[in-house]
This record gives sequence, structure tokens and C-alpha cells, in this order.
Amino acid sequence: MKKNRNTIRALVLPTLVAALLIALWTVVWKAGVFHQSAFPSPLAVARGFGAEIASGRLFNDTVTSLFRVACGFLLAVISGVPVGIWMGQMLSARLAFLPLTNFFRNLSPLAWMPFAILWFGVGDAASIFLIFLSVFFPLVLATMAAVGSIPLVYFRVAQNYGLRRVEKLTRVTLPAIMPQVITTLRVTAGVAWLVDVAAEMIAGRDGLGFAVMDARNGLRTDLLVVEMIVIGIIGVLIDRVLVQLTTVPSVRWGYQR
Amino acid sequence: MTGRLELTNVSVAFEAIEVIRNLSLTIPEGEFVAIVGPSGCGKTTLLNLLAGFERPSAGSIGCQGRVRMVYQEDGLFPWATVTENIELGLRHIADRRERKRQVGELLKIIHIEGFEHHYPRQLSGGMRQRVELARALAGGSDILLLDEPFSALDYLTRLRMRSELARVLREMPRTAVLVTHDIEEAAQLADRIVVLTARPARIRRQFTISTPRPRELTNPEVVDTMGRILDALDIQGAAGRN
Repeated sequence: MKKNRNTIRALVLPTLVAALLIALWTVVWKAGVFHQSAFPSPLAVARGFGAEIASGRLFNDTVTSLFRVACGFLLAVISGVPVGIWMGQMLSARLAFLPLTNFFRNLSPLAWMPFAILWFGVGDAASIFLIFLSVFFPLVLATMAAVGSIPLVYFRVAQNYGLRRVEKLTRVTLPAIMPQVITTLRVTAGVAWLVDVAAEMIAGRDGLGFAVMDARNGLRTDLLVVEMIVIGIIGVLIDRVLVQLTTVPSVRWGYQR
Repeated sequence: MTGRLELTNVSVAFEAIEVIRNLSLTIPEGEFVAIVGPSGCGKTTLLNLLAGFERPSAGSIGCQGRVRMVYQEDGLFPWATVTENIELGLRHIADRRERKRQVGELLKIIHIEGFEHHYPRQLSGGMRQRVELARALAGGSDILLLDEPFSALDYLTRLRMRSELARVLREMPRTAVLVTHDIEEAAQLADRIVVLTARPARIRRQFTISTPRPRELTNPEVVDTMGRILDALDIQGAAGRN
């Protein structure tokens, strides 16, 4: 009963907040606080939404952007996690590569933009490259730290019960770091989405980031808001998808207690 | 069962710190030995030597049989269910159905049926230790090394776990080495109690208890031995002199 009430509240309250925001928006627009050409009305945005959907452009841009994020993100995950494990397990690897990893981790991926365009031209590859950079280095560092914090007792148990090398990896190391890796995936997926939009704004011919720039260039503030709304919603949805990973029974231990 | 342990003139030093000095100890098949001593005296190091996790600086260690360690807490894999954890001890059994059957049998022995698909975090401390015990007993292991297995539990649970361990060992006899701070536990469970000196650890005194296991905590020989252990640790004597 109580749980039911809370679910209703969790739906009703945010809807109320959104309605309030739109009301406030309308008031500001009516009052003419900003020049009309710099401040679209909610109605204009709604119409813009309809037009963008009808033309299919919004759908195409969304697919393009999601494709780039997915490619860059997956490439970074399948390479970053193994590298992180390797650095976490081997002291010499850690000593050799940790300073470099920290350096690149703190170098904004957007600083690579000029090179990305020079090397890959304008299009998918440049964006994917930047997304990869924005995910790979944080993921390596987080995985490495997670490996380093696995309690010794688990490896002793593994030795005690005769687990072989590969099994130590698949049955101890990987499940032990999984909760921390999933948390990092959620954080870096958010970063990847931000970077993708930024990359498309500068080095894009399509995608939601490019659509933002295109709307700006055409002084279509209504479409600008349409793109912003879509970008925000997709960012939230990406996290909603990844948060599902934390509900897998064998990783729940990492999020409780 | 073939469990037999033998330490001959074993010394251990970590850099400049001498932990164990020239210690010899033979544990025949089926004996339950408790090791007590001042904290930090090298009791756990002794177990790690027996388990093969550490090597002695000098001397030799002979060990016949499959050795399994039971930890103070959190020795279970938190990402694996009760069944998966216990099956770790049955890895050498190829037949899946036979493994299942043995898991079921162990669950029955430790009174934890109905929790086979639970994760460790969903169990109480006492249940977790019982599962860990089952894992260590699984697959015909020969020697149990118990590293303060009940010290993270509350007093009453600890008492219950003690009689549980004694009962399980009667059903599935094992050679056992128990490291503990708990003198009661040592006297109630063990056939022989080895009292170590402060670091570097040597054997200070040994006591044997002839009353067969399982024994009551209030058994006269148990109570008497507790007093003698306390004396050997200079605890009771010091209180008496005050």
C-alpha cells in the first residue's frame, strides 16, 4: 500500500515540476524578458518537435549519435577493462603506464578535436575516437583500482580450492571488480554522451550535436530547444539502461551493506 | 581420511621481524588441535604456513591430505550463491548431479536447507560461517584450518556454532587446527591445546583433554583446562596477585 503510494508520488510530483517549469517559461516569454528571436515559446518548440519528427531528421540524428556513442563506448570497454586488470595485477605495468594514463585522463578529449578532424575527417570516426578517449582512460584507472582493492582472502580461497589461472580471472577477479566497473560505466557513459554532442557540434555533418549547431546557424531557437530536450532525455535513458546492470543478482553485494 | 601435519624446526621471519622460532609440532590424523597465544604472536602465520600461503624461512612442513581454510568472516565469495560457494569445494567431481547431491547433503548437515540460492549478504553471520564450514568439508577434504572462525559472531551464536562444529566433526571426522583468542572455545573443542609464547612464537605449554568430543562447556576437565591455559598465558596469575 505504502509502496504503491510512493510510486504514484514518484510519477505525479516530477510531472507537476515539469508543468510548473513550462508555466514559468510561458510567463517569461509573455513578459518579453528576452528578445523574441532569442527566446522561443513552448508552443513554437512543440511545433518544432512535430516538424522535426515528421521530417525524420530528429530520428536520423538520434540514431547517428547513439551509433557513435555505442561504438566509442564499447571499444573503450572491451579494451579498457583488460588493460585495467593488467595494470592492476602487474606492478611493472602499473609503474610504467600509470603516469601516462593519468596524463591522458586529465587531458580533455575535446583538446584532441583538431587532430581527430585531421586524421579522421568529419564524420563518425572522429566522434568515435573522441568518445573512446573520454571513456578509455577513466575506465582503465577505475578497473585498476578495483583490482587493487580485491581482498587477499579471495585469492587465498581460490588457491586453496585449486582454481587455475584463467579461473582466478573469471571466477574471482572479474566478479570482484564488477560492481565498481559498472559504476564507472555509468559515469563514463554520461561523459561519452556529452563528448559526442560536443564533437558533433564542431566536427559533425549530422547527429544531434550538429543539429544544435544547425539550429543556431539558422536562428531557429525553437529547434535548438527541441535538440536540447532530446539530448537530455537520451542521456537519462542511457543511464537508466546501464543502471539495470546493477540489478544482476551476482553484483548486488557491491551496492549494499 | 589421511590428514596429517608436521612442522619440523620451523622458523619464520619477515625482514627483521622474527615471527616464529624453531617450532616443531606434529598433528596426527583426526586430532583437533587448538592454538592460543598472545595477539600478534604469529598464530595466523602458522596457519598460513600449513595452508601453503607462506613459506618458512627455515625448517620443513609436511602435510598429507587436502587442506581447507575457514576464515574469520567474509571468506565466502559474495558474488556466488550458497550452492556456488559450496560447489567450489566439489570442483574435482565431474558429474553435475553428484555435485548437486553432495551440496544437498552438506546443506542438511549444517541445517541451512532452503537457502541454497541465497547470497552470503542475505545470511546471518552464523549462517555464513556454517556455509563456509560446509565448503571446507566438501569433497572429502582431510584437514581443516580454522582461523578464528567464530570471533566475528555474538557470544550466544558462538556457543551454538561451537557445538555445531563439534557435532559436524563427529559426522565427518577431520584433522583440525583451530587458531583462536577464545580460551573457552579452545578447551571445549580441542583434543590438545598448544599455548604459544609472545613473538617470536615458540611452544610454551601443551594441554591434552581426554574427555571425548563433543563436550559441555561446563565439563570439569574443560573448566580446569581453561584455568591452566589462563595460567600459561599469565592472565589468571596476574589477576590473583593484584
